[in-house]
This record gives sequence, structure tokens and C-alpha cells, in this order.
Amino acid sequence: MNNRIAITGMGIVSAIGMNVEENYGSLMQKKHGISRVEFIKTKLKSSILVGEIKKSNQELSHILGLDKGHNFSRTAMLGTIAAKEAVKDAGLSTESDMDCGFINATSVGGMDMTERYFYDFVENPEYRRFVETQCTGVNTQNISDYIKISGLSTTISTACSSAANAVIFGARLIETGRLQRVIVGGTDALCKFTMNGFNTLMILSDNYISPFDNNRKGLNLGEGAAYLVLESKDSYIERGKEPLAFLSGYANSNDAFHQTASSEDGAGAFLAMKKALKLGHIDSKDIDYINAHGTATPNNDLSEGRAISRVFNNEVPKFSSTKPYTGHTLAAAASIEAVFSLLALKNQVIFPNLNFKEKMSEFNLTPVLEVEKVKMNTVLSNSFGFGGNCSALIFNKS
Amino acid sequence: MINLKFELKTKLIAALNLEGMTPDDINDSDSLFGDGIGLDSIDALELIVMLDKDYGIKFTNTEEGQSVLKSISSMAEYITSNRTK
Amino acid sequence: MIKNCYINGVGCISAQKTYDGTFLNEIIDHDNEPVVNVVKPEYHKYISPSSVRRMSSGVKNGIVASTLAMDEANIEQIDAIITGTGLGCLQDSEKFLKCLIEHDEEYLTPTPFIQSTHNTVAGQIALMHKCKGYNFTYVNTSSSFNAALLDGLMQIQTNEAKSVLVGGVDEIAPHTTSLFQIIEHYKSSTTNKNDSQNGQSKGHVCGEGCAFFVIESEKKESSYCEVVDVHFLNRLSHKAPNEFIVDFIRKNQLELDAVDAVILGCNNDVSFDHIYDGIQHLFSTSHLLTYKHLFGEFMTSTGVATWMACQIFKTSSIPKELVLQEGHRPIKNILIYNQYRDRDHSLILLKNV
Repeated sequence: MNNRIAITGMGIVSAIGMNVEENYGSLMQKKHGISRVEFIKTKLKSSILVGEIKKSNQELSHILGLDKGHNFSRTAMLGTIAAKEAVKDAGLSTESDMDCGFINATSVGGMDMTERYFYDFVENPEYRRFVETQCTGVNTQNISDYIKISGLSTTISTACSSAANAVIFGARLIETGRLQRVIVGGTDALCKFTMNGFNTLMILSDNYISPFDNNRKGLNLGEGAAYLVLESKDSYIERGKEPLAFLSGYANSNDAFHQTASSEDGAGAFLAMKKALKLGHIDSKDIDYINAHGTATPNNDLSEGRAISRVFNNEVPKFSSTKPYTGHTLAAAASIEAVFSLLALKNQVIFPNLNFKEKMSEFNLTPVLEVEKVKMNTVLSNSFGFGGNCSALIFNKS
Repeated sequence: MINLKFELKTKLIAALNLEGMTPDDINDSDSLFGDGIGLDSIDALELIVMLDKDYGIKFTNTEEGQSVLKSISSMAEYITSNRTK
Repeated sequence: MIKNCYINGVGCISAQKTYDGTFLNEIIDHDNEPVVNVVKPEYHKYISPSSVRRMSSGVKNGIVASTLAMDEANIEQIDAIITGTGLGCLQDSEKFLKCLIEHDEEYLTPTPFIQSTHNTVAGQIALMHKCKGYNFTYVNTSSSFNAALLDGLMQIQTNEAKSVLVGGVDEIAPHTTSLFQIIEHYKSSTTNKNDSQNGQSKGHVCGEGCAFFVIESEKKESSYCEVVDVHFLNRLSHKAPNEFIVDFIRKNQLELDAVDAVILGCNNDVSFDHIYDGIQHLFSTSHLLTYKHLFGEFMTSTGVATWMACQIFKTSSIPKELVLQEGHRPIKNILIYNQYRDRDHSLILLKNV
């Protein structure tokens, strides 16, 4: 990687806040957003906990000023709110500014609408405007139309590593000179399809999750969206915009082990972290904090723990998973956690790994347990998904 | 019990999409998993759901499920004694 | 230094027989049926019976096509796997969703859920070949294949990878098809067949298929052509399609009359096919080709167009069924232009080797 890519803006919406400031406040106050499902009628209501954003679709639509006949899915609305904040934060305002790429990520897409109206579409014409939102690409179109982005735009869907991969592709488009500015990140809403899907895999916890804990039982699903604005040096200098931080390393690799489970030695995770470090010419000793994928499933945390131990030769830096705050936000996870990593860098603070009680018997790893002021320059953020898809991002302070 | 066994073989072939197989290809006492018919853990999950849906059978743990699913005969015997549908 | 990017292996499963090394020797007439399925290869030759039984059409087709491409390029290991799909693994999505709704969240099994994730094909191919490299899936309506190809091209050009498997795949699922027919994005059985053929009715024929390519920095005997450039825009807010195309050609140091053949994505949808009319005037002396009347329309059909271009380069011939306008010069450059409902305007430029 010849030049670090500048990050000039960010936006986020999650169970712990509707914007960057609210999210930061909740992180600092150890205030999680995990609760029972409220806006979806499901038999799982009393058996699972989720990171639900406590705003109905009507309220989200009102926030965005959408007219009555809109066809935004919940996923698209959450994405638009976060993307709008990122654009504002980066000070992108002119038509020329918005000649900018958009690399979105989602796994749910418009499934929240498809599952609601799957048979009703046939009988009721009023819902038919949501038929095409089944295409993840249409959700991306809705967001980019609203924000008025005119550059190259696409959607990535690789399960839980999706948003990291959106960041990676956006960075490469800048590095190859195809784009000067690009908005990157992801969005996913809660829906019955995913809640039930994960339930069949028996990896949902009925309690508040505790990543890297010996007695962890599984994950809490969540919803949300987050985007970063990436820019080339020429672009941010011309615009007179000071970067928040830099993306200094990234990588994607594959476990090639099983459709859903990670290999026990975390081969894919190990490779992704190593490649990211190598790309950025960064020594593992220079990593000050790891925002782990840490879903609290027996499988992920074992696999990730092993991979981290190998990468850092058992001298593992401070680390935590912030999923106990927000739940596992699937395709949006990597960008939500990128925002948290950038907040950590900006404020020189590590957010705790909530609910942790007992370290795993397999190794000697204890995450950060309280809000901790730490001098840091470089943060690593991990995201690993189904299909063995593993991604790592490294951020540096300005 | 003979009808039930035939029914189970037909359902098994349909549920697990065993193309090219007929009920005559499965003997009552053939081992369904491993070296016999060659089903795996994902198939076991499908069969457990089928037993619940069609016969009202619910297993309390996976070991119980595994022993019942050994063969068509063991499934038929268990269903006859425990079915609620 | 920018490396060249060669297509060294191809595999295509479509509504014509495109997997046996021939180039449309026997055209199958689908008689303007509103839905056309692929001509199936012998899956058992490529996939074990215990695996194939769980796989949807898209996964099976993807595995066969990718195997064909890798065999032709004579490689066993690949540095990256990049796929595109417009609607993803629809058959498993529908299966899970139907059960969810009909049984009110009871009797659900994990297999269709797992297989409904959009990157299932890329994940399965990686598992089969034990490929631990870069693995991305683009799911962005009709520019999905283009995004995958662009990503692969960038990897080769910057020497991040030497061999990349790039593919596009889409499959048909019954309920989704009926919904798109109801909203007239697809033609239906009530559409008059003459109107359908003459582009006088709304919607397009619903197709499915997949096309996989091994792209490499090394030129080989099996090389079909070079991938020069790929571009796509969600919405043409500031320029007309003609301008979009001209800018792209000029950016690649060519003039319009150097584009010897243009493959157009006309799909007989009366609402949108007119977009291609203006483009015909730009290329009055080039070969103009169309293909969706043979293959149907699906979100990753530009993959099939790319397969076609490869065959044209290899055989130096064009089946007459593809010809909209005859050109009068040998083919050194082929441009593929596509759009879907005036969105996702996309371009691929290929060059002879």
C-alpha cells in the first residue's frame, strides 16, 4: 500500500444511538442497547435478546422526510440516516463533491419487506412497490439517490465481513486512481428471516452476550448502519478537509473450512490479520488495540482467540468486542465497529468488553473490562463471516 | 408398522433430496448414517424437524435423536410408541 | 506498471448449450416463452451425489462453470474468487421463507438459510478448491458481474493476484418470478408472444445462467482476449448513455471507429429498449449484436455476453442469430454495453490477443 487512505467523515445508527455523538456517549457510559424484540411479531420474542433500534419504520421514514409512496426497506432507511451523517461530517456538499463512489454492504437487503408481504404482494397492489427491494442493489440505489451520489456504486454481500469488504474495495478504487472519494460501509435491519435462521443454527444466546468468556453461549443479533468517507490525498487537500484518521492496512481471506463454522485454528482470520499488517508495513507490536469480531459464539471466539494469539505471538495487545453493546449487526458490523475504532483512536479510549466474567480455558486472554484511557496510534478491527470470509482493517491516527 | 416404514423411506428420500433413490433401495435395518446410506449431521437436523412436523416427536437432546435415527426400523419403533400426530 | 489481463478459461451454463466448447452450433428456440431455464450439464460429472442433492441450480451451475474455466486455463489453484449475482440464492431463500410463513416459524432447518446467503457460490468454490485467498461477492442488480470483473481486473493490473476466478450467476425461483411478472418487470404467460418478440410489450423474458472466467496476468495458448477496462454507473445523472460510452472509449485511448463490435443488452422491454437506439447511431460501421432473445434476461447476463465475445475472438465468426447490424471489418475490439430499467449502465471493453 503506497499511501494511507484518509478518512474524512463518518456516520452511524445503532441500538446505542442515532448518530456518532449518541453512540460515543453510550459506549463511555457502558450503556448497551440490548432488549426484547419490539417492532417485529415473532415467536422468538421471549427467548432471544437483540440490539434493536427503538424507532418504528414510520418514525425512520419521518426522520428522512420520505413521502408516503416510498419503497425504502428498513435496511435502506437505516443506511440513509447513517450515510447522510457521514456526508455531512465530511463536508461533502457540492455537485462535484458528490461525484463520489458508494460501496454499500448488506445481507438482509429488503428482506424485512419481502417477508412481510411475500403473499400479500399478490393480493394487494399497494405493497407491490416493495417487490424490487428484494434486490440488495435496489436498497443501495435508494440510499445513493437520496444522498445524490453520482459516481460508481455497488453492493457487497459476504455475510458478516461485508462492510469491511466495502471499505477494502473503496480503498482500492482510490489507490488505483478510479475514484477520489468514496462512501463505504454497510446496513442491515432485523427481520424474522435472520432471527429464525440463526435460531436454527442454535447459536443465539437467550441472555446478554459475553464474548471471550468461558461460559459464552452464543450471539445477540442487532441492526444498524455505518459509513466512512474515504478520500485520496489530492481530494482532501483540495477541499481543505482535515482527515479524522487513516486506513493504513486491510486484507480479506478465506477459511475454506466449512459453510458456517470457522476452523478451530482460525486459519482465515490469521491470514487476514497477517496480510493487513504486511500491506501496511505495520509490525504486530504497533497494534495498540484490537476491536475483535467477538460474537460470543463458542466457535468464533475460540477460532479468533487462537488466530490472535498466533498473529501476536502470545503477546496480545488490549482487545475487546463491542457486540455486547449493539448486538451482531451482520453486514453492518464491520463499519459500525470501524466507527467505534475511530472513536477509540480520536478519544484515546478503549471501550469495554461487557458482561465478561471468566476467561476461556483454552488460553490466557482477558479483554478490556472497563472504559480505559490509553495512548494509542493504531487499531485493528476484525470481521469474520459465513462462508469463511475473513477481513481485517487497520486504522491509524492522523 | 410396514406402512409406516415405507412412508418413512419415501419421506426420507423427499426431505433429503436423494435423487435416483427409491424406497426399495433402503433396507429397514440399514445404517442411515456413516457407511450405510451415508447421511450426515445436517441430514440429522432435517430428519429431527420432519419427525416433529409430521409425528409430533420432540427430542430433549441430540444423543436421544441420534439413537432413534439409526435406521428406518429404529425410527418406526420410536414413532409408533411416541407419536402425538 | 500495469499488467495486462487475459481471459484464459471460460465456463458458461445458459439457456443455450454453452458448456460443451461449441459456439451456438445448434440454437434452441424458446418460442418467446416468458421464462427460460438453463440447459443442464451432467452435474454428477462434477459434483458428488451427497453434495449435489443440497445445492440450488445457481450453486450447481456455478461449480460446473468454474470447474470448466479452471480446467481450460489449466490451473488447480487460484489467488482470488470474485462472484456477482443480482438476486442471489433465490431458491433457498424462497424455501426458508415459505416454511417460515406457512408454519409460523416452526419446523425450520438451517440448510436453506445457510445456502441463502449471497456469497454461497463463492464460498462453495473456495471450499472445493481449498482456496484461502480473497473472496468477494457483489450483489448489485445488473452491474453485479461487471463489479466482479472490475475487481478481478484491478487485482491483475496491480499484481495483487496472478490468477483470479470471476463469475456471474443467477437462478430462477417460482414465487419471485411471479411477483416480478405481476409488477411487469418480467413478461408473463398473458403477454402476447408477437408483442414480446417485437419489443412491443413491457417487461423482459426471465432467464437464468452463469458464466465464469479465469483471468490472469500471463498470456497462454488458451487466451481468448484481454480485458481492457470495465465501468458502471448506477444512474446517469449528468450525461446521456452516448456520452457515457464515448467518454469510456476515449479514456481507453480509442476512437469510436476502433470499436469493431458492440454487444447490446436489448431485452425487448418496450419501456427501456429505446435507450439502445441512440447507441446504434454511434457505431454505424461496427457489428452490432444482441443476445438476450436467445438467453433471456437476468441480472448477470453480461457474463454471458462476455462469454460470447470470447467465442467471437476465438472463432473469428459471429452466428447470424446474434447480428443486429453487420460490420465490415475484422474484430479487434469488442464493447459490451448494458443497462437495466435505465439504471446500472455498464461497459466492458475487450481486445483481441
